[in-house]
Amino acid sequence: MGRAMIEIHGLEKSYGSNAVLRGVDLEVAGGQIVALLGPNGAGKTTTVAILTTLAHPDGGSAHVDGVDVVAFPRRARLRVAATGQYATVDEFLTGEENLRQMAALNGLRGAGARRRVAELLERFDLTGAARRPVATYSGGMRRRLDLASSLVARRPVLVLDEPTTGLDPVSRLGLWDVVAELARDGTTILLTTQYLEEADRLADRIAVLDAGRIVAAGTAAALKSQVSRQAGERVRLVLADERSFDTVRTLGLPISEEDARRTTVTVRADSALSTVRDLLDLAERHDLAVDAVSVVRPTLDDVFLALTGARHRAAADHATDPIPTGAIR
Amino acid sequence: MTAITPTVPGPATPVGPVGPLAGIATMVRREMWRTLRSVDALITAFALPVLVMTAFVVIFGGAIAGDRGDYVVPGVLVMCLGFGAATTAPAVAQDRTSGTIDRFRTLPIMASSVLWGHVLASTARNLATSVVVIGAAYAMGFRAGAGPAGWLALAGLAAALALTFSWLSATAGLILSVEASQSLSLVFLFLPYLSSGFVPIDTLPSWLHGFAEHQPFTPIIELVRRLAAGTSPSGVAGPALAWLGVVLVVSCTGGIMLFSRRSAR
Repeated sequence: MGRAMIEIHGLEKSYGSNAVLRGVDLEVAGGQIVALLGPNGAGKTTTVAILTTLAHPDGGSAHVDGVDVVAFPRRARLRVAATGQYATVDEFLTGEENLRQMAALNGLRGAGARRRVAELLERFDLTGAARRPVATYSGGMRRRLDLASSLVARRPVLVLDEPTTGLDPVSRLGLWDVVAELARDGTTILLTTQYLEEADRLADRIAVLDAGRIVAAGTAAALKSQVSRQAGERVRLVLADERSFDTVRTLGLPISEEDARRTTVTVRADSALSTVRDLLDLAERHDLAVDAVSVVRPTLDDVFLALTGARHRAAADHATDPIPTGAIR
Repeated sequence: MTAITPTVPGPATPVGPVGPLAGIATMVRREMWRTLRSVDALITAFALPVLVMTAFVVIFGGAIAGDRGDYVVPGVLVMCLGFGAATTAPAVAQDRTSGTIDRFRTLPIMASSVLWGHVLASTARNLATSVVVIGAAYAMGFRAGAGPAGWLALAGLAAALALTFSWLSATAGLILSVEASQSLSLVFLFLPYLSSGFVPIDTLPSWLHGFAEHQPFTPIIELVRRLAAGTSPSGVAGPALAWLGVVLVVSCTGGIMLFSRRSAR
């Protein structure tokens, strides 16, 4: 751990009456990867916009490599490279021309620029498509070119705003490799994501941003165990008929969820195994028709929901948010 | 990205800030490629203006003024300059809404480089359009009575018109959506009709006279007409240049101010 390459203190930003950031604190040490995790509208992109000199904070401070990004935006731009949420490459140029253009805009010319561009095309598997207009590229190729563009001039800090949104799984894995490699090489990386798996796989530390505040920060393992303790275990009972469903509800069990189709009841459990045994006993005693009993481990959804509060729970139950699911191991 | 990787992405290359001229030059080149690589853009920039010129000189020319287009050519030229510059508005709007401008703003270049790139490339493109359009008019029998000084003044005026219309369009592109900014070309197509550009004002309906006499296209087109004919521009040069100056200063400073004040998202 070197000194902090990104330092954010008490960052505040409002758009009109909408307070997007309400005092964000975040430090990223040299060579670290930190994932800023949060639902849509949590303030991730605004944080990134301030760090990359695109927006002015209303309060607080942000430094990149020791440079105050608000007071000295020009100097800060020499220290931080950024890739936005959408691929912003020029369709009418070829992949190679896009990178050459980016080199020129970063003050890199001549043989040095040519060498760097060739290197990046190779690294991002775009050499074959280098002379084709970007209009013919797939979404994944554009994203790769976009990331390559932000690496043309090597800056000590790299900020990636949802770098893998919309990428296929193979491209996503490839991009993770590159990001990890850059970090090993000494680049400090802040990336925003909605994908817990991405944060889990890639980040040294995760900061969870919700409604403009950092609500939790730490290693993935620390956050998970914290959530496991909070959420606890649950046992799910699938019933074969409505009479059984109605009966279960009268037994005074610590029910956490019931489904609308009146077949499934989920019960909180201190110890999953003894709860399973108790439930089976109850089923026999009350002559319940049980189709299945299963232990529900906290999912990644639960991590997210536990940390970002109950107000997101309702939304997630309607399954509209693209929060991927998976089991905590 | 699954390919064999001979090198880790790059050694740190200490590269410094880019000078304003170098940044603008790169942005102008970008816009030139945008036009040259697009068949649509080339048609809009060159084929359409020639078509319009042909229509006015060959089809309406005789009926309107009974000459070889001496009356309508200046009007068509100004209309083509406005129409050509108007394509800058959707191009800027596109760059703005796609996040491209934001990306450029994170780079160590002068912030407004991308805007200057749009404006200067548009100006150059429209000067090229003027040459082609006047060439087409000559091919159809148009002859200007201007001497060398008159031509020089005409070239300067065309450049000033192209620059002003381009700044106006670029600034519109910073405010309007891509779709709305496309309608700017209709304004540039339509306003010259309500001027002395194609028919003398006294042939227009009387309720239009007030507007037609006082709108900017009337003195501007009249100035082009007098310079082309080699007659004295006195009386129209003042209002024409005043209009151009005001529009240029307002749209240029407005554009740059909007650009620097616009904070991302």
